[in-house]
Amino acid sequence: MAGITPIVMPKWGLSMKEGTVTAWLVDEGDDISVGLPILEVETDKIANAVEAPDPGTLRRKVAGEGELLPVKALLGVMAEADVSDADIDAYIASYVTPSADEEEGEAGPAYLWAEVDGLRIRYARRGAEQGTPVLFVHGFGGDLDNWLFNIDAVGEELPVIALDLPGHGQSTVRLPGASIAALADFVARFLDVIDVDRVHVVGHSMGGAIASQLALAHPQRVVSLSLIASAGLGGEINSGYTEGFAKAASRRDLKPVLEQLFNDASLVSRQMIDDVLKYKRLDGVEALLLELGGKLFAGGRQAEQPGLELESTGKPVLVVWGTDDKIVPAAHAANAPPGATVERFAGAGHMVQMEKAGDVNRLLKQHVGA
Amino acid sequence: MARKISIKQAINEAIDQEMSRDPSVIMLGEDIVGGAGGEGEMDAWGGVLGVTKGLYAKHGDRLLDTPLSESAYVGAAIGAASCGMRPIAELMFIDFMGVCFDQIFNQAAKFKYMFGGKAETPVVIRAMVGAGFRAAAQHSQMLTPIFTHIPGLKVVCPSTPYDTKGMLIQAIRDNDPVIFCEHKNLYALEGDVPEGSYTVPFGEANVVREGKHVSIVTYGLMVHRSLEAAATLAKEGVEVEIVDLRSLSPLDMDTVLDSVTKTGRLVCVDEASPRCNIATDISAQVAMQAFGALKAQIEMVSPPHVPVPFSPTLEDLYIPSAAQIADAVRRTLAKGKQ
Repeated sequence: MAGITPIVMPKWGLSMKEGTVTAWLVDEGDDISVGLPILEVETDKIANAVEAPDPGTLRRKVAGEGELLPVKALLGVMAEADVSDADIDAYIASYVTPSADEEEGEAGPAYLWAEVDGLRIRYARRGAEQGTPVLFVHGFGGDLDNWLFNIDAVGEELPVIALDLPGHGQSTVRLPGASIAALADFVARFLDVIDVDRVHVVGHSMGGAIASQLALAHPQRVVSLSLIASAGLGGEINSGYTEGFAKAASRRDLKPVLEQLFNDASLVSRQMIDDVLKYKRLDGVEALLLELGGKLFAGGRQAEQPGLELESTGKPVLVVWGTDDKIVPAAHAANAPPGATVERFAGAGHMVQMEKAGDVNRLLKQHVGA
Repeated sequence: MARKISIKQAINEAIDQEMSRDPSVIMLGEDIVGGAGGEGEMDAWGGVLGVTKGLYAKHGDRLLDTPLSESAYVGAAIGAASCGMRPIAELMFIDFMGVCFDQIFNQAAKFKYMFGGKAETPVVIRAMVGAGFRAAAQHSQMLTPIFTHIPGLKVVCPSTPYDTKGMLIQAIRDNDPVIFCEHKNLYALEGDVPEGSYTVPFGEANVVREGKHVSIVTYGLMVHRSLEAAATLAKEGVEVEIVDLRSLSPLDMDTVLDSVTKTGRLVCVDEASPRCNIATDISAQVAMQAFGALKAQIEMVSPPHVPVPFSPTLEDLYIPSAAQIADAVRRTLAKGKQ
């Protein structure tokens, strides 16, 4: 209906089916600008704010605080002043929540698998049909769900691809080599196998170093670089974190380690800890992480710093950091190549793409020219 | 990758993967292949409920059908373990352990201690536990407390397919004797289980539901009854926290104490007979270590102190129900400091 903007339950990550509205942050009648947090939603994995997709006035709160609702359920209605209350009532009455099953039927299976040099690699590929794809590369010990607040937002404009690196997530527990260079070459091979030529690369932490190395070693594959709390842009790194992450065997040990990733430690939910433990308990994962962390970050020094050589590539570079990053110092943002767009966010830690998802998504969309 | 399989399949997969990984893993039990001395199809049985079906085809004579003598083959498994093998002995029902108490209590549990730490006994004794199977008084007991009483034994009783696979692999790799309790009425329960091998460490309880009003501490089938009770209570505005002990020896009291410190109220739920069971043990330890945190007296839900009845009607009444658990939660909320 003209002039009406629905606010719906977001889908954060492929496994999300429902969420609970925990709090409204604005009132009916408030004028809202794009990106303003409107309400807070909590899933069993994580809590975050839902931001306004368009400017307008909040005319109606449809969901109550504490309500558990499926993805895409109508939470509220925004509209301009000239839309009548009757039209809004009619809109709400006729709104039908799209069924999750139908949607998955259209989009195919949630995760895909590729066989790359003998390793089975899990990845997600979705989003727009046309345009240069955006490839998301997670960090040390992470997986493609680290992008749960980002890939669908960027996917509105361009195709998006996110993979579990070798030895990470649900991909085979084996490394093509314990170096940034080996992992970057592997990502290029992955793109060969899934038949993708050129990508915008978004890398987080160790994934940022991999993205930078990909741009140096395979410049023809990379259109632009977005480096988020990136490794490879300086010497220091908190190897206490990487070692603690690799060695923590129980929830009690792991929780304080994961809390270092965030500015707001309460974001580390029981489910998040469980998911990480399930990964870390797989045979071979601890040894693999200790080997990789030992080669890349021994003694708190980064062995490879490909981000410092990016000027020679001439690629557009975006650098994003949370000022409260306890893993890779935010000061490394100053080492971005000349001409790079550099943005720092207060109130965010190492997982700035989660804690400031709306802002980071806007920067990413701008940077990839979407 | 993870997919949904049953607890029964999770047990089979754990044994299969460990037998493939480690040639010292063997298995002994009654009818686990085709029945001792039988002339028919070798993989006909796969155990009394078919848990090991298909393993003979892959691993052959490393699975041994034994005569109907638990004392003989449990003793053989313990002896083989002390000589370097990693045997898994399967008892159809934990109720049959009585005839092998010397082998388990006086031999397996004591070797490491009596030989100055030089002897290891990496044996796993798997057995079905619990009531509700219409199998009468000699095939239905929850005998977990008998084994937690003995130092030198590890005792676990998982409640989900994920924990079952990870804890069975941990049990097989563990260098101490492990009594692995499988609830027969959970065999068909399905859940997400990774295809690859992994271990769930012993001595770490799992908080399966978070809540702020009352802590329920339990294990096995009773985890699921407690979850049912919690769903009912949530509609009344009561948020229950549920701690699944899953490992009974070693016991993770830290998680229990953290939970009770948070909620101030404790309900211990145990399918074992009420005298000297896991519930009484937990409540005694909480009373000693966190008395100041308690806002009301501890409640316990266990069956009556009688043999498991054969009459289906009585058997259903015997097993603690979600309604009984919910009532215990309401009782503890009604009493003490508000």
